[in-house]
Amino acid sequence: MPAPTWFASPAEASERLTGSGYLADTPTAVTTFLAGSLEKPLLLEGSAGVGKTELAKAIARSTGAELVRLQCYEGLDEARALYEWNYKKQLLRIQATDTDTRSWNETHDDIFTDEFLLSRPLLTAIRRDEPTVLLIDEVDKTDVEVEGLLLEVLSDFQVTIPELGTLAAVRRPLVVLTSNATRELSEALKRRCLYLHLDYPDAERERDIVLSQVPGLDDALARQLVETVGRLRELELKKSPSIAESVDWARTLIALEIADLDDAAVTATLGVVLKHATDVDRAVKELRLARS
Amino acid sequence: MSPAQDGGVSESGLLARHLAFLEALRSAGLPVSLVEGLDAVTAVGALDWADRDIVRAGYAAATVKRHAQRTTFDALFDLYFPPLVGDGGSSLTGDEAGTNEAGAERPRDDGAALQAFREELLAALLEGDERRLELLAREAIARFGAMPGRGPGLSSWSAYTALRRVAPQELVDQIVQGLIDAGIDDERAERTAARRIGGFTRGVEDDARRRIGEEKGAEHVAAVATKPTIDTLDFLSMRRTDLEQMRREVYPLARRLATRLTREHHARGRGPLDFRRTVRASVSTGGVPLTTHHKPKRPHRNELVVLCDVSGSVANFAQFTLMLVFALRESFQRVRAFTFIDHVHEVTHHFRPGADLVDVMTELAASTAQAALWGRTNYGRAIEKFAEEHRDALGPKTALLVLGDARSNYSDLALDTLREVAEECRHAWWLNPEHRRHWDTGDSAATRYGEVVPMVECRNLTQLSEFVHRLV
Repeated sequence: MPAPTWFASPAEASERLTGSGYLADTPTAVTTFLAGSLEKPLLLEGSAGVGKTELAKAIARSTGAELVRLQCYEGLDEARALYEWNYKKQLLRIQATDTDTRSWNETHDDIFTDEFLLSRPLLTAIRRDEPTVLLIDEVDKTDVEVEGLLLEVLSDFQVTIPELGTLAAVRRPLVVLTSNATRELSEALKRRCLYLHLDYPDAERERDIVLSQVPGLDDALARQLVETVGRLRELELKKSPSIAESVDWARTLIALEIADLDDAAVTATLGVVLKHATDVDRAVKELRLARS
Repeated sequence: MSPAQDGGVSESGLLARHLAFLEALRSAGLPVSLVEGLDAVTAVGALDWADRDIVRAGYAAATVKRHAQRTTFDALFDLYFPPLVGDGGSSLTGDEAGTNEAGAERPRDDGAALQAFREELLAALLEGDERRLELLAREAIARFGAMPGRGPGLSSWSAYTALRRVAPQELVDQIVQGLIDAGIDDERAERTAARRIGGFTRGVEDDARRRIGEEKGAEHVAAVATKPTIDTLDFLSMRRTDLEQMRREVYPLARRLATRLTREHHARGRGPLDFRRTVRASVSTGGVPLTTHHKPKRPHRNELVVLCDVSGSVANFAQFTLMLVFALRESFQRVRAFTFIDHVHEVTHHFRPGADLVDVMTELAASTAQAALWGRTNYGRAIEKFAEEHRDALGPKTALLVLGDARSNYSDLALDTLREVAEECRHAWWLNPEHRRHWDTGDSAATRYGEVVPMVECRNLTQLSEFVHRLV
């Protein structure tokens, strides 16, 4: 088998992800490994800022694959996701053609060729013959019709363009879908994917993440920070601080040259981690901080 | 050792176990399809069976597609693929404590053993040694949780008995003190102690379930020991811990609903043709209008009046509905809320925009007293009072929402007043948190009210969010 394998084992997956700067826990490593070895799309779910997109990037980095990204948004359609004919160029071509010398049939064949095809991320990923990681970001933001389109592409890895015929994948890309769960995805799509819910990491792992992301951070300070963030997550907040926010906080502390995260320092910098006024109030009350 | 290699899979019993596990997942409400089952087999086939966590992660990736179902999955996985069988190989007493060398045969249960065990538990809890706590949890069940004497094969295990004997809660003070002595501040010590004891308690419960599963068959336990997921849990049968978890769910749920609503609104809302934009866009295609642009549609918004029963039995339900409705307030032009038991009291002012949820709930609970005169639910009186005092809240754009179980202690129902009130509104609904089969039992006047105002069954978060979605 010419094995386009991604990872040899969960342990290796974990090791290589760590090497590229992503500290994966066991379920993450196992699921990533499976996504590669079963050649199934991987659906990542979790609240904002837990490193969903980052995981896809890390997979690409650690395997030397190219990352093709499709950012989903409301109103995304086939023309933006899959392919589109370059109308303007086609119009130009028709207008430039001397209609006396060339028949309509010739022109017609001429304007539906690769030259006039605008390849969008999904098609690009399918047609590449190098290893590719296809990241379909925030898939919950799209409309249901796009989901149907994804179903077709993800199950067979082929696209039918009426004028050109069916284009099948030369080499199956590793597909990573991310979702913030603002909408329940259809059962059909979920069935085709492996599923991984990314949660906030435990204190130990989060400390490692913060330390690896923020060079020059003192170990004891990182410990304090992670513990405070852990406490904040236990509160009933509108938006719990995520890993991205802990990292931001660490950077803030470095920039402000704060060496000890005492109550005053927490109060002064709380705005970095909590983004709602009521959340800040609640945190001040629950952590018994002095109001600044 | 099996000579027949092709029969290896079925002989090992692994396939049967796998199928039984999938069956249990399905009956617990996880929609595991055939393909997903096959995926799971391929997945665990590609994995190393030496580490249980890896196998668990493999199974989860293929079969659990919704985070809310993860707890159910974990409980069932522990049942069908238990970490050990019986007392397992490693007995803590054997290699560590030294005092109870003979305990391996039949763990003794007497005062001295209990004393020794509790001391050991205290030490482990103080250190926070998780591996040791796990072993202690198993031992707690083995020694103090056995309920023998029901005949051979019928001995059973009880987490309740074990926990009552060991009473880990009584160790809290000592642990806190110990942690404070070790230089940790009070508050953190308390939290740490509570977390460790919680972990130990869970360990004991898990182990009891595992042992029972081993004796009676996993199917038996799976049927009784798994809890419904939080979004299908009945409002009326919630426990305190569920309440808190559910409260955390409300805000994300409202946000999900809101995004879904805007999206649907956009999808539907193709207003009249925007001539200017269409022509401008056509310039780039040589005057051919390839795409048409449309003006957005004007949204029309309803006013909402919520009238909710806050008497003991249905208070939780009323709270959640109110929280959800107010979290979605942007979708309505105006929302007013009234609570009642036998008297009506307006609570709209508690829901300030952006107010802290916890505070609101506390205020709301405190204001319940004002909705009661005598404290016995009386729908008739409440409706009369509402019609008398707050008639101005209603209008042709208003949707009226009544929340309650329609149990009015056999008092007058004031059906005519309700009919009048309902006629003044654009729509009226009654949400009943009881199962449809309990309607009209006892003092429930569900059908009689249902004739006046359409009654909808609304037992859990899923049904509630469906309803609110339709409403907007």
